[in-house]
Amino acid sequence: MKNFLGCVFLAVIGLVLAACSQSPAISETDAQTHGNGATDTETVEDLDTHLNILYWQEPSTLNPFLSGGTKDIEAASMILEPLANYDENAKMVPTLAVEIPSQENGGINDDYTSITWKLRPDVVWSDGTPFTADDVVFTWQYCTHEEFGCSVSNYFTDVESVTAVDPHTVRIVFTRTTPHPYGPFVGSLVPIIQKEQFKDCLGLRAQECTEQNFGPIGTGPFKVKEFRANDVVHYVANESYREEGKPFFRTATIKAGGDATSAARAVLETGEFDYAWNLQVEPEILDNMTKAGKGRILFGFGSLVERIIVNLTNADSSLGPDRRSQYLDGTNPHPFLSELAVRKALSLAIDRSVLVETGYGDGGRPTCNVVVLPEEYYSDANEECKTQDIEGAKKLLDDAGWVPGRDGIREKDGIRLSILYQTSTNSVRQGNQAFIKQMWDQIGVETELRNIDGSVFFGGDAASPDTYYKFFADVQMYTSNFDGEDPTQYLRGWRCSEMPNPDKSWVGSNIPRACSEEYDNLVEKLSMVADREERIEIVKTLNDMVVQNYWEIPLVHRARVSAATNSLMGVELNGWDSELWNVENWHR
Amino acid sequence: MLKYLSRRLLFAIPTLIAISFVLFALLDLAPSDPTGSLPITIPPEVRQEIRESLGLDEPFLIRYVKWMNQFFINEPLNLIDKILDPNDTTPSSRLRVLSWQQRSPVVDLIVERIPQTLWVVGFSYLVGILIALPIGVISAYKQYSWFDQIGTFISMVGFSVPTFFTGILAITIFSVALSWLPSVYDTTHEVTDFSSLWFQIKQMAMPVLVLAFYNAAQLSRFMRASVLENLNLDYVRTARAKGLKDRAILIGHILRNSMIPVVTMIALGVPTIFGGAIVTEQIFRVNGLGALLIDGIQAADIPLVQTLTFVFAVLIVLFNLVADVLYGILDPRIRYS
Repeated sequence: MKNFLGCVFLAVIGLVLAACSQSPAISETDAQTHGNGATDTETVEDLDTHLNILYWQEPSTLNPFLSGGTKDIEAASMILEPLANYDENAKMVPTLAVEIPSQENGGINDDYTSITWKLRPDVVWSDGTPFTADDVVFTWQYCTHEEFGCSVSNYFTDVESVTAVDPHTVRIVFTRTTPHPYGPFVGSLVPIIQKEQFKDCLGLRAQECTEQNFGPIGTGPFKVKEFRANDVVHYVANESYREEGKPFFRTATIKAGGDATSAARAVLETGEFDYAWNLQVEPEILDNMTKAGKGRILFGFGSLVERIIVNLTNADSSLGPDRRSQYLDGTNPHPFLSELAVRKALSLAIDRSVLVETGYGDGGRPTCNVVVLPEEYYSDANEECKTQDIEGAKKLLDDAGWVPGRDGIREKDGIRLSILYQTSTNSVRQGNQAFIKQMWDQIGVETELRNIDGSVFFGGDAASPDTYYKFFADVQMYTSNFDGEDPTQYLRGWRCSEMPNPDKSWVGSNIPRACSEEYDNLVEKLSMVADREERIEIVKTLNDMVVQNYWEIPLVHRARVSAATNSLMGVELNGWDSELWNVENWHR
Repeated sequence: MLKYLSRRLLFAIPTLIAISFVLFALLDLAPSDPTGSLPITIPPEVRQEIRESLGLDEPFLIRYVKWMNQFFINEPLNLIDKILDPNDTTPSSRLRVLSWQQRSPVVDLIVERIPQTLWVVGFSYLVGILIALPIGVISAYKQYSWFDQIGTFISMVGFSVPTFFTGILAITIFSVALSWLPSVYDTTHEVTDFSSLWFQIKQMAMPVLVLAFYNAAQLSRFMRASVLENLNLDYVRTARAKGLKDRAILIGHILRNSMIPVVTMIALGVPTIFGGAIVTEQIFRVNGLGALLIDGIQAADIPLVQTLTFVFAVLIVLFNLVADVLYGILDPRIRYS
């Protein structure tokens, strides 16, 4: 009998052990199939020469053109480089180019239809082969292949051709006048890939090139040693990197997983990691963690603005799908948000400093503009919104005929000021939402709050009623920004023609459904004018039109927030490019 | 027995096909979007092109049939190719199930994730069983003793306190305050010598114990109930009347009988090992199958989620069968024909 019992125990244990004992065998074959030069014995890295980075969102691929989010682009930016990067002040700095082309140095032609980049002659790929203009031309062909679905193909919409003038000169010709021709190949979103490595990966084949996508050959300071999708990337220094003695770290790791709070803890409290990316956590929590004295919080201000978007069309749920939140040539206005006084009152009632203090700390500043940086574009015309003015808001509504009803909620002609306010699920946003609800309560506006998971809210599923494009709510809140230092494309988003509607599968960037002929004409002019001073004036005017018409109510100019351990030096947190843009200069 | 087995296996096929269809339909109805986490500056038209390149514009049934073809025909054929000629590294012409996030074969991703899941979740299951069984037996044998009371209290705590609490508590104590254990699991660590083994033990300690605590709590209650039920049965009285010692009765008679339902439960729980522990894996960044699944769901990676959940379904059906067979072996009164 005892023997039998032993058998039962052994059987159970054996079952689980059998499962466990498989694992070493699998991991061995793993290392082999993944290749990338992974060594069998992992030596414990020397702390002084190893850089440990934590990204709580997981890099899924190292090919930025197939990327599903910023995390992939940044992990790839340690390997792949563009012709020029943006520094922390949004100034372009040449990376693979010798200099930034301009009309003065002959890099841009007189009518702004072509730009000529001179490439550095001394650059080699990490496999030792020279970097040439052919690689740049190939990258353009790769991304614009019609069957591909390149995530940055918008950078090439106006590009007619990219040609190699000689091995170290590239000319990009545009189909129309492009006063700011620095879109293609500037910034880590659009780096150069090696022609030799990717030549068989065009179009639909791109998806099957796993080896290339997981281990691109680059010109950057590091190269891939091992990549495990959504888990970890091991890098080693690129010996053929063009700057002697750099990068200072010999090896690096990006570990992924978990959430922002625990990522902050791993740098600030346990000190296991040197750098943690994107920590949108309440400032109070971060402040408590820094008390451990192991690390510091970094802020990088770029063009990110958290704002409330006002729906100018009627989003009433009783309307059918053919009318709800659609402009329909102006025949479907919002019952009360189409009134300027109401929109203005909503903005006046908000105390932006409270939102900053509770949700952003030093990582945010109250703002009244949708274009906040670079500084020369900043309009001074809207500063009064920074101080809350409840009485002024009440007066505006009184004058417009909105009077408090029996329950304190204002109404006019049977219409109540009752707002459905949606945002993406995120504790900072939801905190702000609750504060704004209280502020609007004070002026007699009733608010119903709603939050939607980010992957649904920011997704474009035309069948889902919950995307920010469809905007089946009265107001919604999120952050938007523009790439690079030029806001033209961003400002073009508020043109009448950009409104989402069912004919366009509900995609479009004019989310408030605002339409002004004056705005459209001015934004067209911006696309044609090359004179810097004049461009700045137009940008300011366009910004003022958006915010003074209260199509959008800017709230907070947000910084990127990351954490670094005390001993890590050389980090310049950049709000305009990859956070790892100058990783070759990082050191202890 | 063989006949019974083959009949059960045959019945499993339509069940699994139905499951795969329901899974696919559910995922298709879900409103998330694979381009949802792209930077907001990427214009909607580009997102639309990306969705088209993923095949999302095709009708539901065509996508389902494509997935069936890739999973049931291409993947096994690829596996056979690989077994026959392991040195052949040229990519095969048969289209495998490709994930949308990584654009790489889903099956390779799963294989990559299995080791850490088995090490951490599997080991915690084992530790859980080893703790639970003795506690359950002793608690029942000495019902209402101080041991039983404490055991009951601890299992209640273990059962009702979620792992996201115990996990963070453990990190706060052992990583933040004492700096004894790492809070982040290194999946690429390989055990080659004593010091690397020690590191492996250290990094496994917290996730394994947190999970084992939870598993043990459940199982020990079950074991206790099962032993209690047997304690008052006639055959126990007969054994006592024969003059057998308590220990002999407990180990020789009661334990065997009360193990029958417990073994079934243990076998049924094995698929959950492969399912990973979503919450615990996230907290300690173990990045096993559970983390893969949750990433896939968040990124609307339908091929990945579909394949992974389907593999879980297969395992559950399979281990149900294993449990039934074990039942027959343990209890001679049950015979399948």
